[in-house]
Amino acid sequence: MTAGLWPIFWLTLVVSGTAVFVAAIVGLPLGVALGRQGPRRGWLWVLVYTGMGLPPVIVGLAVYLLLSRSGPLGSLGWLYSPTAMIVAQWLLAMPFVIGVTATAIASIPTELEFQLKTLGADRGQLRWMLLREARPGVFLALATAMGRSLSEVGAVWMVGGNIEGHTRVLTTAIILETSKGNFNAALLLGSMLLSVTLLLNVVILRWRGGFTP
Amino acid sequence: MNAPTARLDPLYHLADVKRSFGGDFALRIDSLNIKAGETLALVGPTGAGKSTLLRILTGHEPDVSGDVTFRGRPLNERSELSELRRIAMVHQRSLLLGGSVLYNVSCGPRWRGTADPRQLNRLIDALGLYKVRQQHARTLSGGQTQLTGLARALATGCEVLLLDEPTANLDPARISLVEAVVQSHKAERGLTLVWATHNLHQARRVADRVALVLDGRLVEVAATQEFFNSPRESLTREFVEGRMVY
Repeated sequence: MTAGLWPIFWLTLVVSGTAVFVAAIVGLPLGVALGRQGPRRGWLWVLVYTGMGLPPVIVGLAVYLLLSRSGPLGSLGWLYSPTAMIVAQWLLAMPFVIGVTATAIASIPTELEFQLKTLGADRGQLRWMLLREARPGVFLALATAMGRSLSEVGAVWMVGGNIEGHTRVLTTAIILETSKGNFNAALLLGSMLLSVTLLLNVVILRWRGGFTP
Repeated sequence: MNAPTARLDPLYHLADVKRSFGGDFALRIDSLNIKAGETLALVGPTGAGKSTLLRILTGHEPDVSGDVTFRGRPLNERSELSELRRIAMVHQRSLLLGGSVLYNVSCGPRWRGTADPRQLNRLIDALGLYKVRQQHARTLSGGQTQLTGLARALATGCEVLLLDEPTANLDPARISLVEAVVQSHKAERGLTLVWATHNLHQARRVADRVALVLDGRLVEVAATQEFFNSPRESLTREFVEGRMVY
């Protein structure tokens, strides 16, 4: 079992890390844009907050239907591959990145935006400064999205298939080992998952500058 | 031979300018010209519309009707960035960014690609902020925050500086310092200043012309001597003599 642990461990990191990275690239600008709109875009806020509570199996089902052979994106051949797992986790992580970032941006006084404009900030510089000011919220968004991705099991099982050496990650491996009665292996995998989450949060908090061991 | 004509054109021209909040007019200006290189002081009671006028002059204020032209071109949020960057504003309550005083002061020049550390340090030193230049801006006193707000605006290298009560939180020594630093920048760079103040003595000291803003309207705009010594409007006389009841 131990020899097979590392591929599972690395695949977990690669899938979740890539999903959160892409969610950050797409979600942070959207979060800034939504946050600057404030309560004016009420339905968008409802949509994003609903996305944060999206059941993973629903996302798994949607991605499965999209990528299945008869689905609209079936020709890509992504089903039961790490790419399909990344897509599913990206969809689950993105509402967190957008929602938490937007909430943090909306809490910044609109007067600051005006003052930055009067100092000559262009659009890009303005957005970057707002994101910088909302840093604690942005780090919370990334940490929450990473936590959600790492602990997710339903969607990645559905679209990845839990294939040994190919799409097996820590969460799906834990379920498999538990169902086989290999509780020691399941506990070992569980402690690895917990350690990864702990370590990532330490890294994120140190990066933010609010961590003292 | 266009230069003399260009010099005669006002830097700012405002005509029939209105700004309202929730249906009530905060400011209605029939006509106002501001010349390049002059210092125009805006005086008037709290809530009269001085800050709104300054905000309109930045070009970033939304929902302004009427004509606001700057250097002969319409000035608004859609104006070219290079035009908008000619103007900087010192706010009554400067909201500083998370970071040091130096970081805050260097933002404007960095955004323009013109940051010169020696120049920035000289400016910070001139305003008495050198000891706190590495201090986090959110730990500053009210006066230091206001001085940092002035420093970051001056550091932009702007041609027009709009000042909204820049000395409201300062002791007399710092008020003199601010006036001296702003005047020296004006002398060096030919800055145009629009300076909102409650302090009539300050208006008398710094301004070439003074405008009285009352209930969102310009009551009188006159040369400083004329404004204080022989105002045309009775309201101006009452205001200057401290007899006005708001």
